[in-house]
Amino acid sequence: MAEQKAPRKLCLIASKGSLDMAYPPMILANAARMGGIETHIFFTFWGLDIITKKKQNGLNVAVVGNPNMHPWFHIPTIIGVIPFMSAAATWMMNREIAKLDFPPVGEFMEMLVDAGAHVYGCKMSMDMMKLKKEDLIDGAEVLGAMEFMDIAEGAQIIFV
Amino acid sequence: MADDVLSKLKFDADGYMEDSSAWNEKVAEALAAKEGIKLTDRHWVVIKYCRDTFAKTGDAPSLRNITKNTDVQTKELYELFPGGPGKLAAKVSGLKKPTGCI
Repeated sequence: MAEQKAPRKLCLIASKGSLDMAYPPMILANAARMGGIETHIFFTFWGLDIITKKKQNGLNVAVVGNPNMHPWFHIPTIIGVIPFMSAAATWMMNREIAKLDFPPVGEFMEMLVDAGAHVYGCKMSMDMMKLKKEDLIDGAEVLGAMEFMDIAEGAQIIFV
Repeated sequence: MADDVLSKLKFDADGYMEDSSAWNEKVAEALAAKEGIKLTDRHWVVIKYCRDTFAKTGDAPSLRNITKNTDVQTKELYELFPGGPGKLAAKVSGLKKPTGCI
């Protein structure tokens, strides 16, 4: 009963770069840090956009092939192919996010780094996308998958 | 000494005060000491803001509200409450766990 529990540690793997999939790992990481839990986020593949300076504030919502849109702005695939539908959905979602007082992606990531979350860009994905460390936000490190596995030892891991 | 102040008070299972009206500055100091924190002027900026928000809204403020409405920024907030400001700012202020996600 009174056994000493090891401090909790959370590792998140962020693999998606659409606007709707960028928020879950950031919100979970933030909640963990607010509760004093050691937190690491590994950004891989499209997830790298979230910590790429030039891209992070231009993330979009895909309307085609996205079955999860909220009912009142559900856009049928046939309509979704019309130009600017994605831009319209992105605009709407950004507005809803701001209403909830969630910061835009860039500001959210800055807050997470300040909050002491460890942020990593996946080396292989970066090579593939021709990205350098300087392209990532301040505070981000570049890491290989195996090194991340070392860090993740004993942690709870969430893949997004 | 710290235990004296706290012994008369009721806490929930997570260590948050049951009755926030029984809170005072001595209680805050004792609660902080229990978490290994010695309160400074900067802590008090946060605690006073938490108490004010609670008086107005009935809830502990989110961290985003704290950093938006005081001059304490995220980095400093985490330095002041190293065990997790989301929990500790509210706890030391005698409030319930904040319900906000941010």
